[in-house]
Amino acid sequence: MDAAVTDPATTPPSLEVSGLAYAYPDGHQALFGVDLTVARGERVALLGPNGAGKTTLVLHLNGILTAGAGTVTVAGLPVAKAHLAEIRRRVGIVFQDPDDQLFMPTVREDVAFGPAAAGLRGAELEERVRRALERVGMAEFADRPPHHLSFGQRRRVAVATVLAMEPEILVLDEPSSNLDPASRRELADILRSLEVTVLMVTHDLPYALELCPRAVVLSGGVIAADGGTQELLCDEELMREHRLELPFGFDPRSVRVPVFPAR
Amino acid sequence: MGAGHAHKLYREGRSPVHALPPHCKIAAVFCFVLVVVSTPREAVWAFGAYAALLAGVAAAARIPAGYVLRRLLIEVPFVAFAVLMPFVAEGPRVEALGMSLSASGLWSAWNILAKGTLGVAASVLLASTTELRALLLGLQRLRMPSLLVQIASFMIRYGDVISDEMRRMRIARQSRGFEARGVRHWGVLASSAGALFIRSYERGERVHLAMVSRGYTGTMPVIDDVTASRTQWAHAAALPLTALAVCLTGWMLP
Repeated sequence: MDAAVTDPATTPPSLEVSGLAYAYPDGHQALFGVDLTVARGERVALLGPNGAGKTTLVLHLNGILTAGAGTVTVAGLPVAKAHLAEIRRRVGIVFQDPDDQLFMPTVREDVAFGPAAAGLRGAELEERVRRALERVGMAEFADRPPHHLSFGQRRRVAVATVLAMEPEILVLDEPSSNLDPASRRELADILRSLEVTVLMVTHDLPYALELCPRAVVLSGGVIAADGGTQELLCDEELMREHRLELPFGFDPRSVRVPVFPAR
Repeated sequence: MGAGHAHKLYREGRSPVHALPPHCKIAAVFCFVLVVVSTPREAVWAFGAYAALLAGVAAAARIPAGYVLRRLLIEVPFVAFAVLMPFVAEGPRVEALGMSLSASGLWSAWNILAKGTLGVAASVLLASTTELRALLLGLQRLRMPSLLVQIASFMIRYGDVISDEMRRMRIARQSRGFEARGVRHWGVLASSAGALFIRSYERGERVHLAMVSRGYTGTMPVIDDVTASRTQWAHAAALPLTALAVCLTGWMLP
């Protein structure tokens, strides 16, 4: 594995999950052997009905939950107790409710939290915070308390808090939930402009189609389908089987998905 | 920095008092209060001197007297207790306004009233010249246990979130025709409070998850450090030192 890390020709995938199984302490088994590989720079949508185990899977990616069986590897580094700090720096999770994610008194301190916990100080820290806020277009809000921002702004700051750690992979839990159409579009523009691997957990199928060329369906604790987002959404039988429904009037066939995402 | 919560207590300004580092001000107020409470209650003039000192600070901070006096009203519930003292205390009685009052009770009431008012006034001045956020940084600097500082900073951050949640629950109750009118309805209010507690507890767990995901290992990283120069300490020390001189004089005079 070490050889692969040092050899630039064979960059390890950002995320490699193999045979991941997990049962909660109460005996409820949520994952039954998940296999998923996300190459560097890819944007992948993780789709699935409620209770499919999506959140459980996400919590394995940075070692909050420990696999019952199987392994998770982030850019060649296996998720294990020994290097949790590095894993958590590499895997940036944006949680669904920005009020949970933004826990510091001001935006600036919140964005600084991750890098400061990793030991960054002074001018370097300031620079990191400024850059992360600029990437989400929130630089002028640095000194505001998070609860004075609109919901869409808070979601963008939540993305910045994670970007400040310069992660290998960005994991977004329902990024479009509770956003009005304009905020939704702004967030999409931001996500498209980032050169980082993205794994997006969502119910919002048009959003997945808009942003992610590839999608995987997690259902019943296993990956039930893996392919181009448009093909998956057009496969009516697959969609029905996994309780995935398109919004009224939305026909994925009618959408022309750009092959090269706009920069 | 955050203008957010500060608006209730903090009074925006650019005075020398505003400019002092927060930990100097906290230390000064704390020492001042210690000096005030250790002054003998019979030295009535000393309390007048303390009040004059605070008036001086307020003037330097350009805070109008009316503002401080209005803030002092918070003290009223505590003072109510002091007013009872002359009636309930034992000992020799004095006649005043046609009532028989206890002499030692009167002294106790004066003691509580004077020292309490001075303490509250000093705190009001501290709060109106220092932002809430800066106060926390100051406490952190003064080596207050980091867990307490963290708890306080979460209170600032989530106070509004939780009161908003409470407001939504109240609207939901009212929308279904509920109006708390008497003891019979306390059960509903109590279960709302319980639900609010559980929601806040669950939010706490989610916040902790988000913190751990970003590398939290039990201590808050120091992001903003406040420092103070010798001169700033000297300026802040002026208040408690003058007060100390007054206090010592109070003890030495018969």
